Amino acid sequence: MARPLINVPAKVKRGQIFEIKTLISHVMETGYRYSTTGERIPRDIVTLFSCSYNGEEIFRADLYPAMSANPFIAFFTMATESGTLEFKWTGDNGFSETATATITVE
Amino acid sequence: MGERKRGATRRAVLIGGLAATIGVEKVRATPEQMRAAIRNVVGAAPVRNGRVELDVPPLVENGNTVSLVVVVDSPMTARDYVKTIHVFNEKNPQPNVISVHLGPRAGKAKISTRFRLADSQTVTAIAEMSDGSFWSATAEVIVTLAACVEGI
Repeated sequence: MARPLINVPAKVKRGQIFEIKTLISHVMETGYRYSTTGERIPRDIVTLFSCSYNGEEIFRADLYPAMSANPFIAFFTMATESGTLEFKWTGDNGFSETATATITVE
Repeated sequence: MGERKRGATRRAVLIGGLAATIGVEKVRATPEQMRAAIRNVVGAAPVRNGRVELDVPPLVENGNTVSLVVVVDSPMTARDYVKTIHVFNEKNPQPNVISVHLGPRAGKAKISTRFRLADSQTVTAIAEMSDGSFWSATAEVIVTLAACVEGI
């Protein structure tokens, strides 16, 4: 249902600073909207996003209802060694999604 | 029968729209609430202008997706780096937008994302450095189609 998209360069040089782009499909319902029958639509958002590089957390973000639907987050990190990048999204109603990307450091 | 059904739907839409308007009036944050949210983060520490660059388009057609780029001037070394970047708004239902936690491994203190704006307002970004100092930048945004307020 929720499909994550990750954009990471496949190969980077050691010490190079590269950009990681992430996007996950999610409604990010604010909890402030009303349905046609006047009922408040309950909040349903992604509240936490984190990224770890070979097990070590390099980036974390707390998200609020002001984030757009399908939250897009891009950030930078420095290439240290080849390995995996792990991405994790958690949110309301037990939402949890993970994704991984492998990176080769030359 | 068809006529009656259509009437009911129209009424439901009207009620829904009215409720939405009233609801939004109640929950809209104020510049004071934004200042309170900022105080929650920085405490009593002074917030200085500078070192932070906040890139938001000055005129936004659709408040549902507004691109946001924050760049903080920092060497990003183990001794001197950006710890957190917070983004706040004045007039959405809640003052917080995103809080990002970085470390020296980031190499570059730059984040890009997309957020919602319920009205024309001032957006504030605050960066906390590893030495505990706070720096900020603000940007004025004019929104023609607001987010958050629309029904379904």
